[in-house]
Amino acid sequence: MNNTLKDLLEEKRSVILTKWFDSILDTYPADDSGFLKKQKDRFLNPIGHTFTNGIDGVLGGLISGQDVEESASFLNDIIKVRAVQSFSPSKAMGFIFALKKVVREELKKEIRQNQINEELLGFESKIDDLALFAFDIYAKCRDQLSEQKTEELKRMTFSLLKKANLVSEIPAQEFERKDLDFNI
Amino acid sequence: MAPKVKLPKPGELSIIDYSLPATDWMDTPVEFKPNTFCWGAKGKDLETLGLPNARDWNPSEEDWKLPENWEQTVLDGIAERLSKYRSFKIFMDICVRCGACADKCHFYISTGDPKNMPVLRAELLRSVYKRYFTKSGKLFGRLAGGRELTVDVLKEWWSYFFQCTECRRCSVYCPYGIDQAEITIIGRELLNLLGLNINWISGPAAACYKKGNHLGIEPHALTGIIDSMCDDIEDITGIRVNPTFNRKGAEILFVTPSGDFMGEPGIYTCMGYLMLFHELGLDYTWSTYASEGGNFGFFTSNDTAKRLNYKIYAEAKRLGVKYIIGGECGHMWRVLNQYMDTWNGPADFLEVPKSPITGTVFENAKSTKMIHISEFVADLIKHNKLKLDPSRNDHLKVTFHDSCNPSRGMGMFDEPRHIIKAVCNNFYEMPENTIREQTFCCGSGSGLNASENMEQRMRGGFPRANAVRYVQQKHGVNMLANICAVDRAALPALMNYWNPGVEVAGVTELLANALVMKGEKERTLDIRLNDLPGKGGNE
Amino acid sequence: MKALYSFLAVIVLILIATLGVNVANMSSVFGIIVPYLAFVVFVGGFVYRVIKWGKSPVPFRIPTTCGQQKSLPWIKQSKIENPTSALGVIVRMALEILFFRSLFRNTKTELKEGPYGPQLAYGSAKWLWFGSLVFHWSFLIIVIRHLRLFIEPVPFFVQMLDGLDGMLQIGLPPIYLTDLFFVVAVTFLFLRRILIPRVKYISLPADYFPLFMIFSIAVSGILMRYFYKVDIIAIKEFAIGLAQFHPVIPQGIGVIFYVHIFLVSVLFAYFPLSKLMHMGGIFLSPTRNMISNNRMVRHINPWNPVLEVHTYEHYEDEFREKMKKVGLPVEKE
Repeated sequence: MNNTLKDLLEEKRSVILTKWFDSILDTYPADDSGFLKKQKDRFLNPIGHTFTNGIDGVLGGLISGQDVEESASFLNDIIKVRAVQSFSPSKAMGFIFALKKVVREELKKEIRQNQINEELLGFESKIDDLALFAFDIYAKCRDQLSEQKTEELKRMTFSLLKKANLVSEIPAQEFERKDLDFNI
Repeated sequence: MAPKVKLPKPGELSIIDYSLPATDWMDTPVEFKPNTFCWGAKGKDLETLGLPNARDWNPSEEDWKLPENWEQTVLDGIAERLSKYRSFKIFMDICVRCGACADKCHFYISTGDPKNMPVLRAELLRSVYKRYFTKSGKLFGRLAGGRELTVDVLKEWWSYFFQCTECRRCSVYCPYGIDQAEITIIGRELLNLLGLNINWISGPAAACYKKGNHLGIEPHALTGIIDSMCDDIEDITGIRVNPTFNRKGAEILFVTPSGDFMGEPGIYTCMGYLMLFHELGLDYTWSTYASEGGNFGFFTSNDTAKRLNYKIYAEAKRLGVKYIIGGECGHMWRVLNQYMDTWNGPADFLEVPKSPITGTVFENAKSTKMIHISEFVADLIKHNKLKLDPSRNDHLKVTFHDSCNPSRGMGMFDEPRHIIKAVCNNFYEMPENTIREQTFCCGSGSGLNASENMEQRMRGGFPRANAVRYVQQKHGVNMLANICAVDRAALPALMNYWNPGVEVAGVTELLANALVMKGEKERTLDIRLNDLPGKGGNE
Repeated sequence: MKALYSFLAVIVLILIATLGVNVANMSSVFGIIVPYLAFVVFVGGFVYRVIKWGKSPVPFRIPTTCGQQKSLPWIKQSKIENPTSALGVIVRMALEILFFRSLFRNTKTELKEGPYGPQLAYGSAKWLWFGSLVFHWSFLIIVIRHLRLFIEPVPFFVQMLDGLDGMLQIGLPPIYLTDLFFVVAVTFLFLRRILIPRVKYISLPADYFPLFMIFSIAVSGILMRYFYKVDIIAIKEFAIGLAQFHPVIPQGIGVIFYVHIFLVSVLFAYFPLSKLMHMGGIFLSPTRNMISNNRMVRHINPWNPVLEVHTYEHYEDEFREKMKKVGLPVEKE
């Protein structure tokens, strides 16, 4: 990436982050109360904290032009949260593309003056790469959720499986029932 | 704001306006999204427990198969409970909606859904109370905060009262001590009048009623399970432990949640009990009839809870023991501490607990005659009655999760910490506003640790996991200790999702790892039968 | 919107008093009948509500424990947050009622790392505690101060409070500190209700109405004292008359006085119907006012039901053969 765009992004970094953050939080229609946006304590508002931290890392990675994989841990943090909040996949992942819009709005003037268009295209295709990568993470998270259901069952029954002959009323086919009563 | 019919191109996704028009909470109906609610109770289980409207039903279907005239049943139920519980009446009347509780609920923190604010969760029921039971509500209706009882309101109750883990965190911050757990308990009782329980609660409760424990383990199977634990203990220590069951004349009856009998890591805690009691030469017995310390009846109705709890004293009386020790469990201890004596006491056939090892008399349990394993063990350690080698836990960096019920329904904070500090060399506390009475719930309490609501559990537990993550990153914590069977069942999944690398253990498991037993062989394995790092036989 | 309804309701009340006195000449209705009625409704309603609460038993002992329990002698018990003695409960309740202990709990102020440098957490919660404390204490002092109008000679403690409250000696008559605090605190409580989205979302008309009422009462009182400078001697005569049950309508007191007294009357009458009853309820809250000695002293539930249980005999009957097979002792062979 050429220096001009990089400089501009660095310069406007905090504005871009704030707007990007707001656009993510706007996807929480239920947050009428604005709690997620406003509470700053990282333990009292882990979602807000994860997002502010995460997008900062992701944007930092994009600006410095490092490999997509380098931003993996930041992306991972955000997507893990999005994956358990009843969003459809497109809504869960839309936050990445929101960055394009925010950047374009912030750099409106420069774009009009035709200063940075080529670099911007490059930057945006980086965002696309990031999005593809993010989809992998998202799919992994969702897989993990369904795996955990099975694993939990296994954890609950492992010692039983070892000693299956001791248990009278749990015939084999019951392990396939989803609603097995193994709990505390 | 309906989205346009044509599918957006990927780049346009960001242009879609996600934010919905803000509607008042009374005008926002509940939605049932997959993975975020539990399955409905089964007819057969409700029948076993003798609960009304036993039938199979599905919460995501339109028709909940409600009984005729259900509105009247609910209103009569409210009236009855208003006359029985001062707590309910006062909590309905005096909330000023100051909002101090709002951001204290883990479900609210992790969803931003305003109906998960304790104040609004209570208002779901309060609005109906106002409409039908107060003069201002009858006169002014919605202006006074009242609303009609409809099927939608009922569904909303079901959704949100089974999204509250009765953790009492909100109650700590409320200037009037209004306890959402109390309101949820009443709300769930009302729902149970219509047969609207969840399967994950009514199934175990029915099993417990008939077979003695939530898992439905029958007596011969239970002895077999414990026996196989003894095999493992022999592999680890070279010592054969020989517990007894249903033995009359024992000094002590030991009762623990059945989660400790099955499933990892609960069984390791159970092995810890067995090793500890053997080492002490304790005159104690297990019971197959009272083989459940936990009480899923407590998440159904007070009556059901009382009926399940009955077995503990009844069995202690039948066996003629002197007193009872209870294992590590959360809601079990809320019930034992605040309800058991009232329901099924007085336990005048028992004696005030006295440790046979140290002679300590547990005056704090002089009426219930039941003490917590952590109280018992902390006393032993204080009196140097246990030989411990904490270096066996050196590969662990431990933090402690205060379970909600022993914290805010009992106040047990220092006993388990005393034990952990004696048996582990690396102990780190999580941030102050996330432990002790301010502790965050695991997100799966009060019967919500089913699998079908995994997504809901993962987000509900996020505030807890987030605090664990902090100590994981800062101190390299890799073990989350606790004194709760639901934690042991639920936290592994939570850690696996949010903080891979952090494992979960009961405090007694850590103790057993460090416990030097008389005549044991050189230990090379930990309680999980994994190699003990640095203990390759050269110590 | 909800706030607007409440606001309009208060405006209507003010108009009623103004028109009632000025146009309809019903000063004795607004000066005598309404206050007496309101007083009766207040006292009667308050007592009724408290008796109604008291009629429902407390079946279980359910204190919220916010500190270390009493267990082993060498573990330091938190005697106030987890009290096992009556004294502990009294102190706990006193801290709660006089100093709003639980609200204060939110207020540990800490510097936390934020995205753009360190940030102050918990700030707003602390303001809620402080604002409520100022509000309630000012309210109490103002009510006590008003006793000087109803009693002759004025009791010593009222005189003292009066003196303290007016100690700045600014203006004539001297400005009461509590008047200032009170107006600021009410304004704060109102502003937080409409400015914090979370609190706005949960607020009902019933939350705004008392705030507008109290605000209007305060403003009308202040106007009377500092601006219209109504005839205090006449008012005192009137107040004493009310208190001694031979009320006389004073001459030459402006309508502002009637607005003030009418709003106070309505607030009093409204009190037992509303959330303002938290004043009485806080004393009865079972999670705070109970001794946390559950395992030491048995708590009795007056309606403890007798229920069907699954006895050991039932259990053994079902599993006897299986039990015998693994050598478990049985009662019946």
